[in-house]
Amino acid sequence: MMDGSKFDDGSVDALSGEQQIRNFNINFGPQHPAAHGVLRLVLELDGEIVERCDPHVGLLHRGTEKLMESRTYLQNLPYLDRLDYVAPMNQEHAWCLAIEKLTGTEVPRRAQLIRVLFCEIGRILNHLMNVTTQAMDVGALTPPLWGFEEREKLMVFYERACGARLHANYFRPGGVHQDLPDQLVDDIEEWAIEFPQALSDIDELLTENRVFKQRNVDIGVVTEEDVLQWGMSGVMARSAGMAWDLRRAQPYECYDEFEFQIPVGKNGDCYDRYLMRMEEMRQSLSIMRQAIVKLREATGDVLSRGKLTPPKRGDMKTSMESLIHHFKLYTEGFHVPAGEVYAAVEAPKGEFGVYMVADGTNKPYRAKLRAPGYLHLQAMDHITTGHQLADVAAIIGTMDIVFGEIDR
Amino acid sequence: MSEALNELGAHIELKRPDCVIGWSIAFDELTIDVAPANIAPFVEFLRNDPTCRFSTLVDITAVDYPERSKRFDVVYHFLSMYQNHRVRLRVSVREDEMVPSIVPVHPSANWFEREVFDMFGIIFSDHPDLRRLLSDYGFRGHPLRKDFPTTGYTEVRYDEVQKRVVYEPVQLTQDYRQFDFMSPWEGAEYILPGDEKGDAK
Repeated sequence: MMDGSKFDDGSVDALSGEQQIRNFNINFGPQHPAAHGVLRLVLELDGEIVERCDPHVGLLHRGTEKLMESRTYLQNLPYLDRLDYVAPMNQEHAWCLAIEKLTGTEVPRRAQLIRVLFCEIGRILNHLMNVTTQAMDVGALTPPLWGFEEREKLMVFYERACGARLHANYFRPGGVHQDLPDQLVDDIEEWAIEFPQALSDIDELLTENRVFKQRNVDIGVVTEEDVLQWGMSGVMARSAGMAWDLRRAQPYECYDEFEFQIPVGKNGDCYDRYLMRMEEMRQSLSIMRQAIVKLREATGDVLSRGKLTPPKRGDMKTSMESLIHHFKLYTEGFHVPAGEVYAAVEAPKGEFGVYMVADGTNKPYRAKLRAPGYLHLQAMDHITTGHQLADVAAIIGTMDIVFGEIDR
Repeated sequence: MSEALNELGAHIELKRPDCVIGWSIAFDELTIDVAPANIAPFVEFLRNDPTCRFSTLVDITAVDYPERSKRFDVVYHFLSMYQNHRVRLRVSVREDEMVPSIVPVHPSANWFEREVFDMFGIIFSDHPDLRRLLSDYGFRGHPLRKDFPTTGYTEVRYDEVQKRVVYEPVQLTQDYRQFDFMSPWEGAEYILPGDEKGDAK
């Protein structure tokens, strides 16, 4: 009998008659391909329905904030790359902005444009990764292969600008490390002409795909109230219909002179967020094109020469003071006047902020890194409750969780 | 920008004079000092007041000043997406003092307060689930306190005999090097090699 009261061999279940039903606890991760890193979720399931979700984070905790207290401002910059390693330069940007705010440094025009250009490359890097791996979480294998091909091209641009594919260490307080060669700017422009084709290929694969829609439409709905209560930002906040983008609302760098649209969601579900990320990539592309045009006109230095930045190589050969300055900058580092400051940027995942307490020495007294994914993951319990187990993977994917920045 | 912040600071002080100890504007940012006992109702006021509408909690963190009697500063950041402004609240607490939790007002404070408890050992009263967040299961100590060594106290390795990960006291083959590049002319606290001979005379 199928109800367990009597088996084929004639034996009887000890619990026949009344079935004991209890909730089931499972561990999701820490090694799970859909956990996007080292996420351990303790899920309480009633059948296939999630009743409670307790994320255990910290498996990638490296003590970045503690390490930062014993290193100079310049030595700390590479740590920022290792937070959200999908879009490294956007994090560096927040760190540089905080230092520039404290010291009152004016960034030269060309450096500002280069920063905008590479921040938008970072946004595309991130969204390509997120959209395509989220598709993989819900069962599509081709998009990540196509997406990573484009990512690889972008990483080559990273490498040509700063020498490293991932951990760039390119943005510096007072500008960017080195000027871009003209050929690189031309190549980025050429890529920007070809990329929409690749994007529409992915678009064609996913947007009207029946399985993809079944897995994403009306899943993980967030409302305006959720956004406020759980402190969401970025795409998560915009999917609930709030047109909030720091690039527009509190413009930093020279974003106020660029024309771009901010895609806003209607339903707040996973599918909306997918569509918005696709549109944001197109908008980033348009910002990049504008930045390239401006970049050709703005010829000049890429570092505001002063206490914060190294002298020109040529000066070091002829001037003793420059040589001393260079040596002191890379050993002692520069001093930042005492004060506390909070600088935020619109990172691809949301608001990435740096809260810095300086005490007048060459090291930060305290640095706190505010990661957008941290708050999104926190809302996991609220969002997944009542969803099916299979939806958990779709929701993690669309929240854009990267553990480098959450665990720090 | 700072004019609007001036108005905002004056407005908040006028409305809740009992909560605000003082306020200041630096680097175009408004900072308000608040007494620990009043933090929860004050945060609720900031959220509901129509001129403030600080509806989003951005961040909670702490700063350790071991030489002060009120050792920790707990720092809250809020953002209003409607009025487009930010505010920072600063609460000074002693080491043995508890801070009222603001989880009932902002559910997103949950993990932030857990992290501050984990990293600094500040206890938040009435927090629904004050467990450690980022550090290891069974971890001891509060890493972001200034008196906690960067190397920590324990290290882990996989033991081939016991077939499991074992915890051992930290053993460094070489001392942890804390480079001090401060110029000896500005505020170096150590004695330069050779200088001790000068005092002996």
